[in-house]
This record gives sequence, structure tokens and C-alpha cells, in this order.
Amino acid sequence: MDHAAAAPMDKRVKKAMEPYWTENFGNPNALYKEGLIARNAVETAREDIAKILGARAKEIIFTNGGTESDNLAIFGVVKNFKNGHIITTKFEHHAVLNSCKHLEKEGFEVTYLDVSKEGVVKPEDVKRALRPETILVSIMYANNEIGTVQPIREIAKAIRDFKKKGVIDEAKQNFSRFTLPRNGAGSDASQNFASPRLSAAFPLFHTDACQAPGYLDINVERLGVDLMTINGSKIYGPKGIGLLYAKNGIKLEPLLYGGEQERKLRPGTENVPAIVGLAEALKIADKDREKESARLVKLRDYFINRLLGEIPKTVLNGHPTQRLPNNVNVSILDAEGESIVLYLDEAGVACSTGSACTSESLEPSHVILAIGKPHAYAHGAMRFSLGRSTTKKDIDYVMKVLPDIIKKLRMFSPVNIKI
Amino acid sequence: MADVDKWVYSNVVKDHFMRPKGFLLGEPKEGEFDSYGEVGSLACGDIIKVWIKVDKETDKIKDFKWQTWGCATAIASASAFAEMIMKNSGMKVEEAMNIKPKDIADYLGGLPARKFHCSILADKAFKKAVENFRSKN
Repeated sequence: MDHAAAAPMDKRVKKAMEPYWTENFGNPNALYKEGLIARNAVETAREDIAKILGARAKEIIFTNGGTESDNLAIFGVVKNFKNGHIITTKFEHHAVLNSCKHLEKEGFEVTYLDVSKEGVVKPEDVKRALRPETILVSIMYANNEIGTVQPIREIAKAIRDFKKKGVIDEAKQNFSRFTLPRNGAGSDASQNFASPRLSAAFPLFHTDACQAPGYLDINVERLGVDLMTINGSKIYGPKGIGLLYAKNGIKLEPLLYGGEQERKLRPGTENVPAIVGLAEALKIADKDREKESARLVKLRDYFINRLLGEIPKTVLNGHPTQRLPNNVNVSILDAEGESIVLYLDEAGVACSTGSACTSESLEPSHVILAIGKPHAYAHGAMRFSLGRSTTKKDIDYVMKVLPDIIKKLRMFSPVNIKI
Repeated sequence: MADVDKWVYSNVVKDHFMRPKGFLLGEPKEGEFDSYGEVGSLACGDIIKVWIKVDKETDKIKDFKWQTWGCATAIASASAFAEMIMKNSGMKVEEAMNIKPKDIADYLGGLPARKFHCSILADKAFKKAVENFRSKN
């Protein structure tokens, strides 16, 4: 019940990776036969992945996972600027949120957009936040805690419209400066032409799509994104592998310096078996997407209905339908998340919580707070994420043990929150 | 090999957490206790309430009950504290006032460092209850 944290690696993925550990162990950068076999495996994987994303092979950069891809997208773009403005949301993954917080310290301005009570970003809010100096917009595709799916296409369109308008405005401005020269206006205008503002190119749009590939359309053309993060371990692939899609022509600065691998954007010998595994995992996700989504939506809604119906004072976090087929997130009031997790663990059920007690920082879930719920709701927020192996029987088992656990915890709880 | 078989908390913590002792079921009855103390908040994620009854002649704790909303440490430390002070038919109030968070943690066989400050609340709630009691009498 915690597939969003880690999914077991698919046997087919393991099989695809098998030859690249000891048999075909070559360094893809070597010129001899063993090297070529490895290079071929990496480039075939890259092409297969590009096809699934509707991208070109050279637009795929392999990294060590979602966090690195998010960092490469953000710092890779921003490093080309001394200052500027970034737009993101209050309920992003910490890989994005903390990168942005760091950039604030370096002098960049960041707008953290509010999200609706149901956990959805409004494209109008993105539109309103856009400024001429906005370099990057980073908004997740599906929230990892509450599973809400963001209107990525609409947000991409708002950004595209803003860029078009910017280009026209800039052209008008330059034209007027040429036609109405004032003191020193000539040199001003020429500077303007060479300005790095580049309305046509910025802001770029990045999305963290780590939770998406199994359930949502990840075609970059249709989504209209410039940069997209995907990782292996959430999609029944290996851990320690991820990718960043970066649209052709985008200038990125690397995070690491070293060899010339991955178009000099990610030095270090390629993780050949993991790359092969990631491609295989994506292929399976792509093939099974519709069927598996339809199956899980039914299970999800069955689970949510039972939770809300059978455990008093339980509320759903996030949108009832605009959410990942595998995500269930409810706040169970008057009981506390860590205690629930540990009691469920004892009963053989693994799930996660937004409670502060389980985090190193002792801060409750920023996602639950971002959707406007009080702290007590975050402390009692439970995420159940379903997966390929989840059946109705598993849900029935949770519903057999959970109500009694809650009854017990509430029995010695002094809290009585009014809904 | 790392010892992964161990629970995140000690066995003693686990026992007090899974089978808590000395909690109050429902609301206290009129006159059941002499005083009451509460610490924590909904925001921080732990709330503990304690009730005490004191033998005015011997200054011994005749009854102690608690209710806790919070993590395993908060629940286990309340249960452990109840057991500690009710041993041998109740500790003297003065003696119980001297129980420190470290004593509770030791009694529980140790606690994760980050849990130490925020979750051991029983002693503080007890002190509040005693203060209330003293000011009333």
C-alpha cells in the first residue's frame, strides 16, 4: 500500500537488465566490441524512451533519479542567469521546493503558487504570476502525496501565450525606439536587440512527472513541456536511475563536471543495466497504462468509499477524480499518523503518513497544509498507494484491521476535532 | 550486517505503545480526580492530558490516568510514566515530581534522539496537574 514510495522491480525489467551486469559489462565509451555492445544498449534504450515520450533521442539525459533530474532542470537552466524569477507551487516535491529555496538565497525571486483546496493548480494563477523576467516554471504533473493531476497542457498554453505576447511587445518596443530616436536611444535600441531577455525562449516549463508514467499521458509534445523528470523506481524499474527530457535547443549547465557523457550534461560512466531497465519499465508502463489505470480507478474509489463510509471523521485529501488511479489519501482525525502507520505495520500493512513524527524535520506534510487543511489534518493524513499487485482482497484486509486500530487509538486520545 | 530486524523503537516502547497502561477511558467522573494537567497542541502533533488523585495525608498519588494523541513515543511515555508512578501503590508526589524525561526514556529502554524533546510530555503534564492541585489546596 506504499507503491508511490517504492515499487517492486518488474521481473521483465530484471530480465532485460540481466546481461549487462557481468556478461556485457563494457564501458559504453570504449571503442572495442564490449564497449560498442554497451553503447548500443544505452542508445537503444534512449531511442525507445524517446519514442514513448514523443521526443528525440538526444533530448533524453540519463541521471541517477528524480531528485537529480529536478535539480538538473532547475539549476541547469538558472545557472545561465545572474538573477531572475521562478514560478513553482507550494506543494511540489522537496527536490523542487528546496532547490528553489536555495536559489532564493542566491538572489533569485521565487513565486510559490497556492493550490486549490482540492489540490489542483489553476492555470490562471500561473498566468498572473508570469513576468518578463520569469526564467522557469516548475510544476509537478501529479502530486506524490495526494495524487492530484495538474493541468499541465493548460499551464503550458498559458506560458506559450505569454511568450508570444512578449515577443510582440518587445518588437513593438524596439520599433518605436527606432522610429522615435531620443538622446542615446539608438544605442539603447541596439542593446535591446542583443538583450538576453529572449521572450521567445523563456520562461521554460519543467514538470516533475515521477508519479505519472504508469497512468498519464507523458507525450512531451502533447503536454507542451520543455523539461520533464522521470525516475525508475516509481515505475517498477530499478532504483538509482532517472532521466530528464530537455527539449532540443535548451541550454543547460551541468550539475557535475567530468567526462563528456550525456552531451556533457551528466558526466560519469553510464549506468548501463539501470538505463536498460528504465527503458523496459517505461515500455511496460506505456503498454499497460490504460488497462491498469482502469483497474486501479475502480479499486481506488472502492477503497475511498469504504474509508470514508466506515471510519467516522475521515476526510479525503485531494480531488475526488482528478487524481492518480493508485492514490488514496485521507485524514483520519483524532488519531495520529505515525501511530496508525506502526499499528498497521504490526498488522502487515505498509503505508505512509503526512505526520510530522515520521519526518526528520518533525514538520508535518507541506502538501496537506498547502491545500488549506489545519495541522491536525496533516498529522492524521494517511497515504495508501496501490500498485500492480494490489487486489480487492488487500483493500478488504486493510478495511478489516484499520477501523479497529483507529477505534483503539481514539479510545485513549483526548482530541475531538470538529469537522 | 545492519540490524534491520529491530523495530524502530525498543521492545519496551513497543509494548507500551501496543498495550498502553493506565489511560482514562472517556471523560472523568465528577470528583474522580483532584486535578488535571495538559500539554502539547494540535499544531505540533502531540497532546497529553493527565488526571491525578492525591492522598492528602500521605501525599501519595492514589490515582493517575492519561489520554494521549500523538506518536508512538508520546503514547508509550505516558503509559510508562503511569506505570512508574503507580508502582507500589503510588509514589509520593515529591518523588514523582523529580522524574525527568531521561528517566522515562531509560525506563523505556531508550528513545530515538529526535523524539526526546517533543514527545516525552507525560512528566510535564503531571507537573502541571500537581501545580493545579497545590494552588487549589
